[in-house]
Amino acid sequence: MKAVLEARGITKRFSGVLANDRVDLDLGEGEIHALLGENGAGKSTLMNILYGLVRPDEGELRRSGRPVSLRSPSDAIALGIGMVHQHFMLIPVFTVAENIVLGAEPVRRGLLDRGSASAEVRGLSARYGLDVDPDARVEDLPVGVQQRVEILKALYRKAEILILDEPTAVLTPQEVDELFRVLRGLTSRGVSVLFITHKLREVLAVADRVTVMRAGKVVGAAIPAETDERGLAAMMVGREVVLQVSKAPARPKAVVLEVERLGVAGRRGSGGDAVRDVSFSVRAGEILGIAGVQGNGQTELVEAVTGLSPARDGRVLLRGRDVTGALPRALIERGVSHVPEDRQRHGLVLSYSVADNLVLCTYHRAPFAVRGVLRDDAREENARRLIKAYDIRAPGPGTPVSALSGGNQQKVILAREMSRPVELLVASQPTRGVDVGSIEHIHREIVAARDAGAAVLLVSAELDEILALSDRIAVMYRGGLVAMRDAGAVSRTELGMLMAGVLPGEAAPAPGAGEEAAPASAAGGAEA
Amino acid sequence: MVYRRYAFIAVVVSVLVLVVVLVGASQVPPLTIVASMAATTLAVATPLTLGALSGVFCERSGVVNLGIEGMMLAAAFSGWFGSIYASAVLGIPPLPSLLLGVVIAVATGALLGLLLAALAVTYSVDQILAGTVINLLAVGLTGFFNRQLFFGPASAFGGQVPHAPGVLPRLHVPLLADLPVVGPVFEQQPIAVAAVVLVGLTHLVLFRTRWGLRARAVGEHPRAAATVGIDVVRVRYVNVVIGGAIAGLGGAYFTLESVPSFEPMMTNGRGFISLAAMIFGDWTPFGSWAAALVFGAAQAFQINLQLFRDQIPPSWSFLQQSSVVGLVPYLLTLLILTGVIGKTTPPAADGQPYEPEGRR
Ligand SMILES: Nc1ncnc2c1ncn2[C@@H]1O[C@H](COP(=O)(O)OP(=O)(O)OP(=O)(O)O)[C@@H](O)[C@H]1O
Ligand SMILES: [Mg+2]
Repeated sequence: MKAVLEARGITKRFSGVLANDRVDLDLGEGEIHALLGENGAGKSTLMNILYGLVRPDEGELRRSGRPVSLRSPSDAIALGIGMVHQHFMLIPVFTVAENIVLGAEPVRRGLLDRGSASAEVRGLSARYGLDVDPDARVEDLPVGVQQRVEILKALYRKAEILILDEPTAVLTPQEVDELFRVLRGLTSRGVSVLFITHKLREVLAVADRVTVMRAGKVVGAAIPAETDERGLAAMMVGREVVLQVSKAPARPKAVVLEVERLGVAGRRGSGGDAVRDVSFSVRAGEILGIAGVQGNGQTELVEAVTGLSPARDGRVLLRGRDVTGALPRALIERGVSHVPEDRQRHGLVLSYSVADNLVLCTYHRAPFAVRGVLRDDAREENARRLIKAYDIRAPGPGTPVSALSGGNQQKVILAREMSRPVELLVASQPTRGVDVGSIEHIHREIVAARDAGAAVLLVSAELDEILALSDRIAVMYRGGLVAMRDAGAVSRTELGMLMAGVLPGEAAPAPGAGEEAAPASAAGGAEA
Repeated sequence: MVYRRYAFIAVVVSVLVLVVVLVGASQVPPLTIVASMAATTLAVATPLTLGALSGVFCERSGVVNLGIEGMMLAAAFSGWFGSIYASAVLGIPPLPSLLLGVVIAVATGALLGLLLAALAVTYSVDQILAGTVINLLAVGLTGFFNRQLFFGPASAFGGQVPHAPGVLPRLHVPLLADLPVVGPVFEQQPIAVAAVVLVGLTHLVLFRTRWGLRARAVGEHPRAAATVGIDVVRVRYVNVVIGGAIAGLGGAYFTLESVPSFEPMMTNGRGFISLAAMIFGDWTPFGSWAAALVFGAAQAFQINLQLFRDQIPPSWSFLQQSSVVGLVPYLLTLLILTGVIGKTTPPAADGQPYEPEGRR
């Protein structure tokens, strides 16, 4: 196989952190190559180097055997390299067509030629089976469609090499299948694909070859046919990973959270309600999992329960006390922990240090503050302890959270939320973008919180996660709860059907089910 | 929201015009008063329009320009000095002297724009501070040179204050200016005309050209722009320098078009009011212009009311006090900035320095 892109001895340091350490990698023509590795292993850094966004301190890149130096993304684009970033690089207020042509715009008589831009986008979209409306505003689109826009952006620039950084992290299972179909189609036309993921199942399903990184180094390579999830996980983490969560049967006690006929208005005048007439309760010592395709009201439900946005009707009770509309601070004081879905927007102050982020809920109390004055040593000490306990890969407590890799940012939130007395844990997509080793850890912590007597409300679009952790499972569809089952009494297939809106006794799903409700959650994807 | 803002503009302007018409109706036909108000409004809105366009150029690319006031003041002075020097010392006739003054003013604004870009883009200085530096610098330098060059021992004119070459002449828009009654509206001085032309031009550049699309992308999400090969730093430099040049033209209005003299701090907050106009105009050229016209109308109100001072009925005597009427533009600014008339959204990356190897 001919290598279209090679990295040789790439080294990159960020103020003391060795992000890439003499990395070698080659991408063969027309192959799908997966890059695996723990959070902070240096995968995104390597991709950014291949795309000219970050310059390596040492090493060489070759394009089809010819040494090249990439000073900026335009050099990479000129060499036929395209990239879809971990956090999308789209301009929310621009249209799809504007986003796609940006930087290489068609002009006629000195002015932008919008007509031919739209036409060209339509043509591309038809040719590659990537359905988009060129005139829609990107901020109104669901995440899956935004990703199509990103791929089209690369194809518009005639990319022969497509780099995708965690493309599946924010997609629903259906969207993932769709993406893989598109990628297969691309490779059959000679495009080579390099993608990062944390989901081993996907690697086995779609990749031709796998490279594994750990702590900045390439530690192994594999061919999916010759390995399995356990083997890959072990190579990534450097030890055996328990992929199955072990937990004792739940012993539920008193009701902690009660949601009564909750209704939440939809966003941005989207007309309908995001959450409709939802009632359920969670007891101490049990995990209630809420399954559902993203954008069916889970986000709004969680925001209403955690005090981030107002409920339109209904009540939320915590240990029998009405806390509808209570401020997040009041809820925190009552022992509510929240792991939000959008970690960068609702979970962290990106410019603050790890240590500061770890005390965001408790900074005003002893030992972090004494008579209104913050105590630096207590905060440091707390940070050191949690960094160790949660295996957060950061140079130190003083590092700004923005310099951490995505998965490590997530661990900072978990460490903060789980390290204080928890009555109710609301966890929304708690392992999104997190590596298998850490998923194992997080899942164990969630079960431990349950066993210590916390009530857990788990919202996840990952069916595996829901099935692995939940004691009871509710399914949300178009703003309502359509089913409530005991975890033992429901199969993967049945859940999948329920999520798609097929109720027991009905024959076929409504056409386009789930798709229409999706825009509500799209906003997060392109946030800067 | 958009309708609410334009309705507000329409209501304020109509009320202002109506009051003047009511007061002056016994002496002058209403239509003539309306035309006169319109002509004055257009003229006095000029520096506000240009200031707001300067802000639009800078902020659409993500750089907050708080130094418009200072850029205008410095340009007003340098342009004025240049025109006097040209006519009094070099013996150049008045019109070319004035035009040379305009060029110097524009260049001064552009130069200060370059300074702002260097501070804000290259050195990532806090942009509020960078603008404030420019304002303080302008007040200090113009005051100092005004004294030194005209009155000090090292005076450029040997101790005598020379005659200024007057102000820029009115342009006569063919046909329209000959119309009865409304004719005066179309007889404006060149910078006022240029301001209106620039409103359309800015709109064209920002929303219809390649450059504009890229500049707006840089103002919304610089990292995304960089990933498609756009040079964020260059785009910001160019836009801020253009913004500075436009503010410089606005400065020229004060000393080369409005009155043939310079006074320390003569811009009198106009640069800041134009920022309010830009915000109220939702960072769009036409919106900003509409907002600038409201402020212009408030000023025209004051000027036109002076003409009918004696006609003001006793129960409205507060209108005779220029201090009360003079407050109107500032009250409007306050009202607009509280956001009660509708909030507008700045470009997402407005005011944020860009770091190439940073995250996200
Ligand atoms: N701009 C930066 N400044 C400082 N440190 C950085 C920067 N970018 C990355 N790092 C550090 O480099 C290391 C590698 O980060 P990178 O983002 O490449 O990891 P990753 O493998 O993509 O992880 P994840 O799976 O969590 O996305 C991390 O320790 C991170 O903290
Ligand atoms: Mg990454």
